[in-house]
Amino acid sequence: MSAATFPLWRQRLFGTPATAALTVVLALGIAWVAVPLIRWALIDATWSGTTRNDCTGSGACWVFIRARFGQFMYGLYPVDERWRADLTGAIFALSGLGLYLSPKATRIRLAILALIILPPLGVWLLAGGFGLRPIETREWGGLMLTLFISVYSSLIAIPLGILLALGRQSQLKVVRLISVLFIEFWRGVPIIAVIFLASLLLPLILPSGTGIDRLARAVIGLGLVIAAYMAEAVRGGLQALPSGQREAATALGLTYWKATGLIVLPQALRISLPAMTNEFIALIKNTTLVLVVSILDLLGIAQASLADPNWVGMNMEAYAFAGAIYWLICYALSRWSKRLERRKLG
Amino acid sequence: MTKMMILGAAAALAVAATSAHAQQLAPSPTLDAIKARGHLECGVHLGLPGFSFANDKGEWTGLDVDYCKALAAAVLGDATKVKFTPTSVQQRWPILQSGQVDLLSRNSTITFSRNATLGLNFQGINFYEGQTFIVRKSTNAKTAADLDGASVCVAAGSTEEKNAADWFRERNLKVTITNFQKNDDAIAAYDAGRCDAYTAGVGALAGQRAKLKVPDEHIILTQPISNDPQGPVTRYGDERWQLIVRWVLNGTIAAEALGVTSANVDEMKANSKNSEVRRLLGVEGGFGAMMGLPDDWMYKAIKQVGNYGESYERSVGMGSPLKLERGQNQLWTKGGLLFTPPFQ
Repeated sequence: MSAATFPLWRQRLFGTPATAALTVVLALGIAWVAVPLIRWALIDATWSGTTRNDCTGSGACWVFIRARFGQFMYGLYPVDERWRADLTGAIFALSGLGLYLSPKATRIRLAILALIILPPLGVWLLAGGFGLRPIETREWGGLMLTLFISVYSSLIAIPLGILLALGRQSQLKVVRLISVLFIEFWRGVPIIAVIFLASLLLPLILPSGTGIDRLARAVIGLGLVIAAYMAEAVRGGLQALPSGQREAATALGLTYWKATGLIVLPQALRISLPAMTNEFIALIKNTTLVLVVSILDLLGIAQASLADPNWVGMNMEAYAFAGAIYWLICYALSRWSKRLERRKLG
Repeated sequence: MTKMMILGAAAALAVAATSAHAQQLAPSPTLDAIKARGHLECGVHLGLPGFSFANDKGEWTGLDVDYCKALAAAVLGDATKVKFTPTSVQQRWPILQSGQVDLLSRNSTITFSRNATLGLNFQGINFYEGQTFIVRKSTNAKTAADLDGASVCVAAGSTEEKNAADWFRERNLKVTITNFQKNDDAIAAYDAGRCDAYTAGVGALAGQRAKLKVPDEHIILTQPISNDPQGPVTRYGDERWQLIVRWVLNGTIAAEALGVTSANVDEMKANSKNSEVRRLLGVEGGFGAMMGLPDDWMYKAIKQVGNYGESYERSVGMGSPLKLERGQNQLWTKGGLLFTPPFQ
């Protein structure tokens, strides 16, 4: 801190007696929470060892997280096949980055190509078959599963949501009616009820043996609900756009889909981006609801690992670790969407 | 006339013989499905210390899990040919009813209304659960009746609170019930010495004790004040499958009673003169074939998983961090309630 900034800093924190008092109270409040937390999480914590007997410190015992790290990341996915999950994650991340950096002219085409290739590729890598060892979805878990559910349900939710938002504004009565009915139905049903129905009722109705995979049912259920929310977020963007934009596009001789794809959506999506990010962050946290049907996502595996009698009493560590990861993901997303918002229109 | 009668009798005999044969090996769609897919589908608890949990290596472990492994060994000859579906409390019945699992082995209490209305049958008892108390060893309490004048920490409004209050009132025992908002608060208060006892189910207490500051200073009273027996569950119908599920459980208990362990099963099979041991291990009697299984069904189960006592000790007993005494889950000959009909 340089001498020049010091007075400004002092003036802001201690400018008037009132601000000074507020500063002191807030500082005490922060210290009151932060000091024991830091002591527990860092100073008094145990870092090294292999079993619960090594947990001698009075603070957190991160040995537990170390011993279980693989499970927190991959669930019960076989250890020697975990590279497949890593590879899938890397391919998705690099493709995303590549799209972000690609020239605008080709971006749309590349994005469509990625949407066609990547989802089946990811499923093949994770589930196996066709040369890879098959791994059932019941063995998937942890962070990998949380990301899988989030990404794949949004792959359903975002395109469907955009179509529904357009459908809701359509001149065609039938399309409008179907869109409204769909949105209002899925928005009105609690997510937890959808997951229950998908996981428990469907197998009772369908003849046994023909059942769709348990995880797929949950992903589709979540995707449909989030699509309804996404549709409303996109509708906000569409309505904020001056109607002159579409009228001008039509006057230039563009067809409905060309006008929509080239003029309306790029602007509308940018406007709805904050709302869509919000929905996406909510989706990531809502994936934890799959716990009620025993799909072991990050939170599920954290909870399940507490049942190991060799590690009893590690509740704080497990939940703190899982919470920190959820926070990191959601925070990173919100920063990323901020960047996207700031990017120049084009 | 005589000829006719003889013919009639012969026909009747033939019918009796075929129906007897049909009864011996009634069709079992569940067993056929298991054999076709090559593994058993077992519904277990998502995570219950000692009973069902994934260990550091990601393997399902525990008393309820061991039973499924024994069943897989008996049916398919290989204890590893079983896949586990963790189930939450809300989904356990539907997942069995809809045929997604072959059975549940998931600490579910056997009750009349469940048996009568859910379309499910309970096939025996693999754990006698019941509400009991944990106390400090220094109090010298041996049963709940010794708690006269003591104080008990409980979560307000819980079933445990009501059960305990009723039990002490009926017996005119002066016990102070101290209420807390949550179970965790109640057990923390007990650990801090604010009460003489804390109450919960036997299985839950075993897990709770391991979390206390000095687990060795505490003892779980073995005589519960409630009765919540638990065991494997199957769907109505497919009697042959129900028979197998029931008798594999009986077999693991019988093996303990007869002194057959995973370590001595080979020697017992070769040398035992005890005809019940010989029938259990398939040396004589052909019991496996009567259910459509190989005659060495229980031999495989004991050899690969062990008898009930072995499972108990390594899952929740002295070989585990839970160190739960056998209590009611001891053989009837040794003061417990475990009992199996004879292999005759």
